Amino acid sequence: MAEIILRSLAHTYDAKAGADSDYAIRQMDHVWHQGGAYALLGPSGCGKSTMLNIISGLLSPSEGEVLFDTERVNELSPEERNIAQVFQFPVVYDTMTVYDNLAFPLKNIGMAKHLIPAKVHEVADILELTSVLHRKAKNLSADEKQKVSMGRGLVRDDVSAILFDEPLTVIDPQLKWKLRRKLKQIHERFNITMIYVTHDQLEASTFAEKIAVMYDGQIVQFGTPRELFERPAHTFVGFFIGSPGMNFLEVTVDEHNVHFSGLRIPANPRRLQSAIASGSSNIKAGIRPEFIHVWDEPNDEAFEVEVQDVEDLGTYRILSFYLGGQIVRARLNEDQNIPSQKAYVSFPEQWLNIYVDEYRVGDDDE
Amino acid sequence: MTTSNHYSTSQTTTFVKRKLRNNPSAQRWRQRFFLGLFLIFLLLPIYWLVSMSFKTNTEILSGFSLFPKSLTFDSYIEILTDPSWYMGYVNSLLYVVTNMLISILVALPAAYAFSRYRFIGDKHLFFWLLTNLMAPPAVFLLPYFQLYYSVGLFDTHIAVALAHCLFNIPLAVWILEGFMSGVPKEVDETAYIDGYSFPRFFVRVFIPMIRSGIGVTLFFLFMFSWVELLLARTLTATDAQPIGAIMTRTRGASGIDWSLLAAAGTLTILPGVMVVYFVRNYIAKGFALGRT
Amino acid sequence: MNKVENNKAWFLVLPMLLLVAFSAIIPLMTVVNYSVQDILGSSAYFVGTEWFKDILNDSQLQQALIRQFIFSFTILAIEVPLGIGVALMMPKKGWRASLILILVTLPLLVPWNVVGTIWLIFTRTDIGLAGVGLRELGYAYNITRNDGDAWVTIVLMDVWHWTPLVALLCYSGLQAIPQAYYQAARIDRASRWAIFRYIQLPKLSNVLVIGVLLRFMHSFMIYAEPFVLTGGGPGSSTTFLSQTLTTMAIGQQDLGPSAAFSIIYFLIILAVCYCFYVAILNMGRDKNTSQPR
Repeated sequence: MAEIILRSLAHTYDAKAGADSDYAIRQMDHVWHQGGAYALLGPSGCGKSTMLNIISGLLSPSEGEVLFDTERVNELSPEERNIAQVFQFPVVYDTMTVYDNLAFPLKNIGMAKHLIPAKVHEVADILELTSVLHRKAKNLSADEKQKVSMGRGLVRDDVSAILFDEPLTVIDPQLKWKLRRKLKQIHERFNITMIYVTHDQLEASTFAEKIAVMYDGQIVQFGTPRELFERPAHTFVGFFIGSPGMNFLEVTVDEHNVHFSGLRIPANPRRLQSAIASGSSNIKAGIRPEFIHVWDEPNDEAFEVEVQDVEDLGTYRILSFYLGGQIVRARLNEDQNIPSQKAYVSFPEQWLNIYVDEYRVGDDDE
Repeated sequence: MTTSNHYSTSQTTTFVKRKLRNNPSAQRWRQRFFLGLFLIFLLLPIYWLVSMSFKTNTEILSGFSLFPKSLTFDSYIEILTDPSWYMGYVNSLLYVVTNMLISILVALPAAYAFSRYRFIGDKHLFFWLLTNLMAPPAVFLLPYFQLYYSVGLFDTHIAVALAHCLFNIPLAVWILEGFMSGVPKEVDETAYIDGYSFPRFFVRVFIPMIRSGIGVTLFFLFMFSWVELLLARTLTATDAQPIGAIMTRTRGASGIDWSLLAAAGTLTILPGVMVVYFVRNYIAKGFALGRT
Repeated sequence: MNKVENNKAWFLVLPMLLLVAFSAIIPLMTVVNYSVQDILGSSAYFVGTEWFKDILNDSQLQQALIRQFIFSFTILAIEVPLGIGVALMMPKKGWRASLILILVTLPLLVPWNVVGTIWLIFTRTDIGLAGVGLRELGYAYNITRNDGDAWVTIVLMDVWHWTPLVALLCYSGLQAIPQAYYQAARIDRASRWAIFRYIQLPKLSNVLVIGVLLRFMHSFMIYAEPFVLTGGGPGSSTTFLSQTLTTMAIGQQDLGPSAAFSIIYFLIILAVCYCFYVAILNMGRDKNTSQPR
């Protein structure tokens, strides 16, 4: 078991890489603490699988170091790193029984013969594979096969971490939920570091204590699901997490307000201060649809806006309206009145985030 | 924590040791060595044929030499200027190409039927087809001779092309069926919903999807028609005689004209080399015939 | 795959059926016809199973059959493992892979009589590289006198000619194994042997059945190569079934017996291949039930 430290890590598949865009992973530092349940979330092509393969040792990074605790492991192969990895498609040894599949890694590390059965049965029991232990792995269903793949990672006591590369892709929806819960139980029981790669925010937030959101070869935010939702550190996080994503307005700022096509919206002065100090012209204001306040009647705080559409999503509705020519979405709860042509909205200062060059600014000490 | 840490480090070192013992680069060199040996085994007889074709008969018979001492192209010139020689190649290529065309054209719809539909007698038909692959050409020599003679096709290219259909059509159906079964049925259904008629769907959508399968099939059709001699020789006399049969002419009264024989042999390998070159990208994956 | 019941599919099969029927059924009927008649000039007598009894009791043919089986199983025993080995050693990508692929495919596209010619030139003791080489090394190599030399040379020639087929089938089967399997095996610390035994070999089983089937069939029909190289000799040590049949049918014009022989010959191949066919079918069924994707 170990803490996994990435130091000035970068990777490119292009031997003559020069520009940033040649890099699958741009230079970064990151620490995965021992025993954590982490998710690595991002769209396809963002570099998350590359990152996973670098940690497991299937890939060697072109720059920087991977440390397990204090030991540099760049040069070590996966087997030397004691990493277990579960792949997108279940990998089982077709001709072996489930029992032999689970015992395989133990035999390979030379575990004493009499210790193996107990260990295999323990893991089979947790994964609910006991009833199929003596069936050929070839004849299992996809989810059972995936459980066998996980089981092979779990049987060894000495694994430093288990990495999951979108392991539930081929699993039926109702079984996905069961398997995810199983993973959580396993994590609680074994206290093993787990890193779970996915492009599904729901999967990430139900599995992980902390999520690293990757975008364009970088980890743009590392935080709890709640932090990612309330204070997205990067416009991409705001856009990618939540449904619908965060609303962004390109704005200019003064000390008290953001200016957006003739409107003046009050905002947190500390955030505004940072934005002014940056001197950048790429400033965005972002607010989640959930935090936009929709009033039934006009009042001093509220802006009058033109309603474009109201979409009924069962337990809640999404209101789309025009704000200075741009469409903005707000969430209406079930009990709220549905505005028809005109709506009255306000943007609570607390939830209005300011982004300079795509990164959130201000109140780091909050 | 500390104990387990300790455990993992000691594990790591033992595996480092194992890695050193099982040196991957040494293994790679060992593999290259054995592969090299095999390639030498494959190429040496061919090299010997080619080198002999560049020697004069006097050099061949007078003594043993690894390389041609006096490079001569006489044998090639003789073959390429004498119609009774080079027409052999033309004849062979003609019936091979005719056979490839016939086989692929009738095999494509048949393979589609086998891969997509269930119909009365389908399994028996498929099995019967495969049995034709197993029919020794020697069995059919005499009946073929009589059959083609009686319908007036004896000594024509089409006779050989049709005779080779005996094993090439079943082979093509079998290979194509494998590739077609790998294409999901949803593709067909989507195309019909999009308003494609069957012939248009088949030519525009389906055939491009199994391109590599067709490439591999054509490769096999070429291979088996080009290399077969027994039937080709029996069904022809002069007008459509294959090169393989003409080669026996090198056996003259004064012994065998080795140089000429070697040159003729070398020239039969060349079309094959060209075919492999064109399909080399399909061979890597497609050779498993869609059955992995 | 669930197939749709549709008898109109017969129309798609029809052109193929007509052609194959023309080149298979009509000749086959002729053969059956001959096999039960005694033909002398223009008159023919019905003789029933007479010829079949003769053929089955002919000790010369029995020996040819035994030689044939020994030969077929010998080359299978060599070519299958060797082909797997070569496939495992071939590089997976790059220009080297393309080059080696082309070189390995080469022997497959040499006309069969030229294969015989190549080996004739290669092994002759006056002008052949191997023939002269062996003589120089002190071995009295002689394929026209020594049964053993002739037999070993024919086997070697077949290995040269057909191992590439097995190798290419396996190579292409290996290419179809997803990378994740190898990665998982490394993580599980599988040895090189375990990777072969538990990942590569199971995935190769389908192509191997095809390879064994094709190799068995073709080796059972082998004609041109030994005919050119040894002419079936010395004596009849390398005379296999096809050559025996051809001599009987064309050389001696024994229509009745050779037709009966043809049918027995065909039936033996069918019987052996049927076993392989059933094996393939069962394998396919397993695959369909176990892999939903």
